[in-house]
Amino acid sequence: MIKLPRTLVFGSILFFTFLIAALISFLWTPADVEILNITSRFKLPSAINWFGTDHFGRDIFSMIMVGARTSIAVAIVAVGIGILLGVPLGLWAASHHGHWLDDLIMRGNDLVFAFPSLIIAILITAVFGPSAFNAIIAIGIFNVPVFARISRGGALSIWTLDYILSARVAGKRSFRISAEHILPNIANLLIVQGTIQFSLGILAEAALSYVGLGVQPPTPSWGRMLADSQTMISFAPHLALFPGFAIILTVLGLNLMGDGLRDILDPRIRRTQR
Amino acid sequence: MTLLEVQNLNVSIHDTKVLENISFSVNEGEIYGIVGESGSGKSMTALALMGLLPDGATVTGSAILSNTNLLEISEAQMCSFRGNTIGMIFQEPMTALNPVQTIGNQVAETLIIHDRAKRSEALKIAREKLNRVGLTEDQFPLDKYPHELSGGQRQRVAIALAIAMRPKILIADEPTTALDVTTQSQILNLLKSLVKEEKMALILITHDLAVVSGLADNVAVMQTGKIVEAGYTNKVFREMKHEYTRQLFSASNHTPVRTQKLEEIPLLEIKNVVRNYKLPRESIFARPKTFPAVRDISFTLRKGENLGLVGESGCGKSTLTRAILGLEELQGGEIKLEGDVVTAGKKLNAKIRRKMQVVFQDPFGSFNPRHKIGRLISEPFYLMQYKPTRDEVKREISDALINVGLNLDDADKYIHEFSGGQRQRIAIARALIIKPSLIVLDEAVSALDVSIRAQVLDLLAELSSKFNLSYLFISHDLSVVRNITDRVLVMKSGEIVESGDTQKVFDNPQHEYTKELIAATPILPKHLN
Repeated sequence: MIKLPRTLVFGSILFFTFLIAALISFLWTPADVEILNITSRFKLPSAINWFGTDHFGRDIFSMIMVGARTSIAVAIVAVGIGILLGVPLGLWAASHHGHWLDDLIMRGNDLVFAFPSLIIAILITAVFGPSAFNAIIAIGIFNVPVFARISRGGALSIWTLDYILSARVAGKRSFRISAEHILPNIANLLIVQGTIQFSLGILAEAALSYVGLGVQPPTPSWGRMLADSQTMISFAPHLALFPGFAIILTVLGLNLMGDGLRDILDPRIRRTQR
Repeated sequence: MTLLEVQNLNVSIHDTKVLENISFSVNEGEIYGIVGESGSGKSMTALALMGLLPDGATVTGSAILSNTNLLEISEAQMCSFRGNTIGMIFQEPMTALNPVQTIGNQVAETLIIHDRAKRSEALKIAREKLNRVGLTEDQFPLDKYPHELSGGQRQRVAIALAIAMRPKILIADEPTTALDVTTQSQILNLLKSLVKEEKMALILITHDLAVVSGLADNVAVMQTGKIVEAGYTNKVFREMKHEYTRQLFSASNHTPVRTQKLEEIPLLEIKNVVRNYKLPRESIFARPKTFPAVRDISFTLRKGENLGLVGESGCGKSTLTRAILGLEELQGGEIKLEGDVVTAGKKLNAKIRRKMQVVFQDPFGSFNPRHKIGRLISEPFYLMQYKPTRDEVKREISDALINVGLNLDDADKYIHEFSGGQRQRIAIARALIIKPSLIVLDEAVSALDVSIRAQVLDLLAELSSKFNLSYLFISHDLSVVRNITDRVLVMKSGEIVESGDTQKVFDNPQHEYTKELIAATPILPKHLN
């Protein structure tokens, strides 16, 4: 029986709390987040409104739940774009190591890396209009080189091994070798990097929403809630506190999960920790 | 005078006994050999003396050096012993040195750590020590980096590092295993002269009986954590009281019985093969220079023949192997297998590929750790035109496993469940499964212990007569090539310098290089056989 690292257990508990909250929000929330109720605005946390209400009288707990849905959905799709485009690119570059195609792909990556990601995301959403879809695309594009680079690096070290040579002697083409031999052996790397990119995706979504370029109202999002509460922070701090903690805890949970996963998936680190 | 006295050394790691009642003593100016196969505990003994055992190890017994019991002192005290009184050199010179520090600094560092000298003085001593191990100032200034040196030169730096403090005892753990034969004999001579001149004691740990027999005054033979026989080297090897010592001896000189018939039909024809590598451009406008790895090589391998290809690292034998397997583009010449031309890359059709397979050296890197054995050894079926059904594949897998002496239920296991020798059997099973006519054995037994190696060689001989196989046996180990091949080719810097019947070449080498190789190979004294 493998003893799970504490970071993994604690991180998963944090993250899955928000994930479950996000899933439940599809079926049920304590209150409807799109109905305004001005008479009961700025309520402090109570038995009815667990996290209180905001300046329009909306239930903050419900908004956090729906906001979790937005954040997680944007981050999942953005990481998905990164993996689906980046990993094949990286594997392809590795299988053509030394060829000009390898150079082309990797220099293209460098080019994307060279731009400050958030500024470009703001540019994209500013040009194409603020929406959840454009936010996803903007965040996703910057995940591509991350995954391309990491899969190329992992793949290169595996390409030098003898079992790849014997697969080539068996007449297999580089595409098939990449899929059969390389990909399963770099899965660890990708899973760990995936969790980290996921947390960065959540942060990026919050940042875009904060400047008003992410998900549009009335759909709640954590970044937007922070931005809205800014002017009222002196007399109603709970408006900022709850979305702020939601962001911190989700990102913390994902990072701890990433650390923990690396500990169990990377045998080298596992050995030294024992 | 006794320098180190080890008594009843016991080591267990997480309740598994790894060393049991090890007792021996080493005298001043003596070379003490410890021989054994992997897992016999010889390296563990060295680590126990150095206080470098892995976590979870418990040690009992005593090891007295200069009135101190090495097994009882604290880590802080041990640190002043390491490097100072006991020096150590390891097997792998490629990783034993820090790649980002100059060799001068690395040697001087030990002196500074032990407060023996100030920096400027330490560098002076470092220079002396490097001179002492044969790295002269004009060619090897102190500011060279490890990557600028060859394996043998790095091992010399490692030795200079170990003797910088003039230790009383030097422990050498397989110091020459990773080196070529000619380099090996130079390093062994160096160690020998150091012991004599610096009055050190040397504990030489090795798996190679021939190395020990030529060098050590006293020897201990170890098996599964125990010393089974010890004493004067000549006496131990002459009398061989213990069964295991006898086994080791017969295994290291094992000659498999071959019943394979040789036919005068050419199987593999190599004609004027040239392979050049492009070197990186020196400037954008300069044309890239080329490095000829294989220059104009021709030979023929006949059906049923075992052909040996010998050479030291960098001679081009691996490049040639890969060219034969159709993995390297040629710049000239032609490779034919049963009359069909072998070309590199996608153009090579499955019909030719099906006729050859390969077994590599490293039993640990040759398999995808995430596939089961059944899938691993059936990979070559990918080449078959006719795709066999699931049941047929299953039957073939069972046949192949039985042919190489493994069990049927091994097909559902993963590679990490097997030992080095078993893995090499699995590699042979993979090569065998589509019944090729040629198997290229690229250092296939070099990483194995002598007794396992003897078994694998027997297996290869048996399979070759059973399936009418030919082998191209590529190795740096002359003694193995001598025992298993009909004909041998000696390769140096991309060219074949000598070829002929194995026995003739070994008994009466013509080319200077062959003579040098044979002279450098440590051999067991004749009277012991």
